[in-house]
Amino acid sequence: MLGQGTEASLLADIVFWVIAVSSIIAALAVVLLKDLFRAALFLIVSFLGVAGMFVLLRAEFLAVVQVLVYVGAISVLIIFAILMTRDVEEGSPANKFRLPMAIFSALFAAVAIYVAVSTNWNTLELAIASGAIAEETTAKITEVYSNTIPWIGRLLLRDFVLAFEVASVVLLAALIGALALIRER
Amino acid sequence: MDFSETGILSFHGIYGIFALFLPGWLAYAVTCGVLAFIVINAMVMSTALYTWFERRMIGRFQARLGPNRWGPFGLLQPFADVIKLIVKEDTTPSTADKIVFAISPVILFAPTVLTIAIIPFGENTFLGRLNIGVLFLIGVTSVNTIAVLAAGWASRNKYAMLGSMRGVAMLCSYEVPMALAITGVVLIANSLSLYDVVQAQSVPFLIVQPLGFLVFMAAASAEMSRTPFDQIEAESELGAGYHTEYSGMKFAIFQLAEFMAPIVTSILAVVLFFGGTRGFDPIPGQLWFVIKVVLVLFGLLWIRATWPRLRIDQIMGFAWKGLFALAILNIFVIAIEVMLFQDGEGNITTRGMWTMAAVNWVITIAAIAIMVNVLGGKKLERPTPKPSPLANMYAEAD
Repeated sequence: MLGQGTEASLLADIVFWVIAVSSIIAALAVVLLKDLFRAALFLIVSFLGVAGMFVLLRAEFLAVVQVLVYVGAISVLIIFAILMTRDVEEGSPANKFRLPMAIFSALFAAVAIYVAVSTNWNTLELAIASGAIAEETTAKITEVYSNTIPWIGRLLLRDFVLAFEVASVVLLAALIGALALIRER
Repeated sequence: MDFSETGILSFHGIYGIFALFLPGWLAYAVTCGVLAFIVINAMVMSTALYTWFERRMIGRFQARLGPNRWGPFGLLQPFADVIKLIVKEDTTPSTADKIVFAISPVILFAPTVLTIAIIPFGENTFLGRLNIGVLFLIGVTSVNTIAVLAAGWASRNKYAMLGSMRGVAMLCSYEVPMALAITGVVLIANSLSLYDVVQAQSVPFLIVQPLGFLVFMAAASAEMSRTPFDQIEAESELGAGYHTEYSGMKFAIFQLAEFMAPIVTSILAVVLFFGGTRGFDPIPGQLWFVIKVVLVLFGLLWIRATWPRLRIDQIMGFAWKGLFALAILNIFVIAIEVMLFQDGEGNITTRGMWTMAAVNWVITIAAIAIMVNVLGGKKLERPTPKPSPLANMYAEAD
């Protein structure tokens, strides 16, 4: 796995910066481009960047789900919506929410950056190094990290099964709503 | 992606050579690049060979010769084709979105190649042993819809646009039964890793869950959009579908992706349902793998050569009313059987597998018989279309 040894972690750093810079540029392009279709394509690039971040964080399952749901499904939906819109050639028109949204996103970015910088992310490694966690617990943590999928499954379908089922009911409602909308009268 | 244990051509061997004169991280990156170069070129070469195989075979099916002039048995025909495509003029429509027009063939080609990265070609012959292998396959192959949409949109041609709209509708619909059919495999193997899926097949899953196999093959042949599902490029209706405006090398890349799709599909079918590298002893696992892939390829080709193209509404109806229901039934049956036969560690004995196989064959035949009667019954009720008065001006008016 990448991230072990200094040389491999240098490679991981390079990959991180490539992904980070390209997904931020893509995200800016989504907002700034006049051409809606290209904006949608750049949205896909930034989704892929997020998936890459998940891989670097050893959350392969989330990475693949990110690609499957956001790239394979949601962006296809967005592109279809763009294709069905009239006057796509005109580009995205200005509207009165521009200033409030700019302030809101700036505030949100400030909070997110503050939280990301001020949180001590290495708590677990520090605790393991200081010996505060027992030997078996460390072994267990390593086991969970090596293959997260069974644990995600267990959490979703045992511990949080109610939330899981509620989500599926919401999706079913959306499906029935879509069918009701296109039904011939 | 763990290369540390063993890898194709031994990762450590190549790494050792580059590490002599490069810093470690660069040697790592270069080694990955070299392996990717070898594997991608092997895939492209086998695709070229496959086009020859397919054209010769289709020729036999249609009682003609097929390409037989260049080289022994026409084996050099693919190279002649490639040279022709490279020297052709590469035109771009003046109104096209030029950048998107240029990159969409690459977007279509990339996911097809990416799937190869995790295929276990042999006991110790693979690029990456990903513990989310099956999900990776489903996720990566879902990207090709974007390429089809982008190509159609960028061409600014109504036939290309219509072709890509239809194509995307079809690709999205068939992703659902395909993923559900693969779920049955995952349930029995008790793992998402393709390596574990192969290890779990003490009885090939083709025998254990025939319903899942049939749904997978039907959905996968729609995913690679060839006859009987070649709605994307229905020549008689749409020109050539989403790549109407493409020519030269860009068209060649589309064709490459299109002809690589059957190979990738057969590889997936072999890994998921035919026991992958498993076989008996005198023949090595890698060779078993190739033999099985060629057999499945021939099956796909046979289907392609003998079935007529379906109409778009028939295709969509088949996905949602037929395959979807069958796939759900398959998951239910397999889940119940896994609950019954699994031991504490999630393994199923060979005897359990055979019992499951017996039950599943009965269920499969019954389910398909019912499905054919339910869906086929509707066909009789369809009103006979009235010919337009313009169709035959000299017909008697009634």
